[in-house]
Amino acid sequence: MNKIVAKEQLSENVFRMEVEAPLIAAERKAGQFVIVMIDEDKGERIPLTIADASKERGTITLIFQTVGASTLKMSHLEVGDSIAAILGPLGQPTHIMGRDGGKPGKVVCVGGGIGVAPMHPIAQALKAAGNDVTIIMGARNKGLFVMEKEMREIAGDKLILITDDGSSGRKGLVTEPLKELCEAGAVDEVIAIGPPIMMKFCALTTKPYGVKTTVSLNTIMIDGTGMCGGCRITVGDETKFVCVDGPEFDGHKVDWDQMLKRMAIFKPQEAAAKEHACNLYK
Amino acid sequence: MTPKERMAIPCQEMPEQDAVVRARNMKEVALGFTAEQAKIEASRCMQCPTKPCMTGCPVAINIPGFLAKAAEGDFDGALKIIKETSLLPAVCGRVCPQEKQCQKFCTMGKLMKNVDKAVAIGRVERYCADHGDAGEVVCAPKTGKRVAIVGSGPAGITCAADCAKAGHDVTLFEAFHKAGGVLVYGIPEFRLPKSIVQKEIDGLKKLGVKVETNYCVGRTRKVSDFLEKDGFDAVFVGTGAGLPKFMGLPGENLVGVFSANEYLTRANLMKAYLEGEAETPFWHGKKVAVLGGGNVAMDASRMALRLGAEKVYLIYRRSLEEMPARKEEVHHAKAEGVEFLMLQNAKEIHGDESGKVCGMTCLKYELGEPDASGRRSPVAIPGSEFELDVDTVVVAVGNASNPLIPATTEGLEVNKRGNIVVDEHNMTSIPGVFAGGDIVLGAATVILAMGEGRRAAAGITEYLKTK
Ligand SMILES: Cc1cc2nc3c(=O)[nH]c(=O)nc-3n(C[C@H](O)[C@H](O)[C@H](O)COP(=O)(O)OP(=O)(O)OC[C@H]3O[C@@H](n4cnc5c(N)ncnc54)[C@H](O)[C@@H]3O)c2cc1C
Ligand code: FES
Repeated sequence: MNKIVAKEQLSENVFRMEVEAPLIAAERKAGQFVIVMIDEDKGERIPLTIADASKERGTITLIFQTVGASTLKMSHLEVGDSIAAILGPLGQPTHIMGRDGGKPGKVVCVGGGIGVAPMHPIAQALKAAGNDVTIIMGARNKGLFVMEKEMREIAGDKLILITDDGSSGRKGLVTEPLKELCEAGAVDEVIAIGPPIMMKFCALTTKPYGVKTTVSLNTIMIDGTGMCGGCRITVGDETKFVCVDGPEFDGHKVDWDQMLKRMAIFKPQEAAAKEHACNLYK
Repeated sequence: MTPKERMAIPCQEMPEQDAVVRARNMKEVALGFTAEQAKIEASRCMQCPTKPCMTGCPVAINIPGFLAKAAEGDFDGALKIIKETSLLPAVCGRVCPQEKQCQKFCTMGKLMKNVDKAVAIGRVERYCADHGDAGEVVCAPKTGKRVAIVGSGPAGITCAADCAKAGHDVTLFEAFHKAGGVLVYGIPEFRLPKSIVQKEIDGLKKLGVKVETNYCVGRTRKVSDFLEKDGFDAVFVGTGAGLPKFMGLPGENLVGVFSANEYLTRANLMKAYLEGEAETPFWHGKKVAVLGGGNVAMDASRMALRLGAEKVYLIYRRSLEEMPARKEEVHHAKAEGVEFLMLQNAKEIHGDESGKVCGMTCLKYELGEPDASGRRSPVAIPGSEFELDVDTVVVAVGNASNPLIPATTEGLEVNKRGNIVVDEHNMTSIPGVFAGGDIVLGAATVILAMGEGRRAAAGITEYLKTK
């Protein structure tokens, strides 16, 4: 049982929760995730990236969008309630240029929608390791931006906002400023986190420039420890388990089309479950 | 009674649910003997002085001893004898491959020239476990030593129980949200009711064992942290063989291809069979191919039937004779309508434009020369390709050992298959760290895992005396 100590609604469907998990808080590194269950009896196991952690308070911060039945139920929990189960930290931590090998350089972080949340600790670590960090934040519209202030603290005037409808920052897609930056040269690494389709197109954008592009994948998972293979994808000619080999991979090697299809496998059931859960709260 | 008279006692048939009915429900298939049947079956034992059956039992249960008690109707006494060497008789009575172990050596079976006519030792064991009472367990005085057990499968459960009985302070760590290992996530309800496993876990708690679920050792905390920071005096690693093997077939990552681990975990642990109640979705294939010939393949194919498949093919590259699954499960699967395609194997899985499985090319095989394992190895017949119309493929060709603990535990020796190397007391290359079960043996059996847990517990107690 993990008690919720703080909760905040960041946008219409996005919530931030700080929950007690002292062991995970002590161990976790940027890029890792947890598996969460709201109900241990008949609930499902869902992966969520750790957005932040405090060793002192013994807490981790999760930022989630109400995309399915479980996240919807989770959004109805309040401070003082508990999350039934949290397992982690899972997955490989992000390789931070300049800290984990290599010299610091110029890094472009692309966060799409809620992908900005898991990007935050990574951008922080990159900055701390002495990298020159540019952040591109994209969303459908202004109301969907999360953590703009925190990201500005890291990137300063190198924060580029872009929305589909132009309601904030530039109008367009994240790939446009990304292309311009690659064009201008001297980008050493791109890290893209967001909807799979966005990551796919970021990887396609950088490919002609040969810029290393790391993506963080959020496939369907069950155990999160490598025992089921449900999270598997093809990277290059190899099968990889996202939960233990990832979640980060070389975006130029991921078989995106296969991954997108695999992620859609339970769409009808998930939609039905969410609708059922919605009705419960009406 | 003379041997002749004993031979005249009829073999007792285990009552079971009707095949057509049970193929569509989750309830236990084999219903268990009545008291009268258990007594009659036990009285078929000839009480051979040489006790050949015991040599077939991996934990050497005093089989004639408990059968004699059972024949008298003293099921409590019988269970006490079983429990001297086996901790999980209700489980083992249901899942042990008896026809390859105790019953293989049974004199009655030999006299009747049919191993199926051996004394049904497993079934009597099951009756005793379900209905007998072995009395309260007494723990030795507290030793003040702390033991961490990693993994809650049969190896971990057994090691935890024995360590607690020896007076140690035991904590059991499990990555999943429910304790029990393969017994809860892999073996289905219709073969091993989960209430039986829960009883064993509750029993551990009664012995004072603390159970910490949702705790991934190697990630949440490392084995070395237990010893160096958390004040544990010894650690037992019983993390099983939870790494699904795939075959490297073209099309294996299509939508609708699952490892048996995923397929069964969704159905069992995540309760996907409770449609409308459980949140974990399930892939309801109509035409399912299961690749493999072990217990895992049997469980997956029978689960497919229960979750609405119209056709289930079990595809195995050797013949029925080489099949490693328990005989009873093979019978049950056939009776329920699983179609056995022997000496065949998948070559390629085909997908439609949405990436979903829409068929499979298979190859026919014949048996060639015996290989290193002594089994005749299957050889593909060139040009024997044929198409099979399926929408789901479940790969059940075995499990390798999960690399997480070895990868995060410095100095832990593993062999080339990734199994942890142990000495005769089940101690690893790190003093104070013990291991047992599938992580040491490779995918094996419940009873062997239990035996290893026992040996390790004895090893731990010895080791702790020196500390
Ligand atoms: C579907 C299926 C059917 C089977 N049928 C039979 C049968 O009929 N008869 C038979 O004798 N055998 C059968 N077996 C084999 C038998 O179940 C295994 O040999 C036995 O369970 C091994 O026991 P174990 O304790 O070593 O490991 P497991 O039962 O695998 O338990 C290991 C536990 O450790 C946990 N774990 C793993 N890593 C970590 C970690 N890092 N931190 C914390 N916890 C961790 C796992 O979640 C798991 O719960 C079957 C196996 C399967 C998969
Ligand atoms: S989630 Fe099961 S192997 Fe990755």
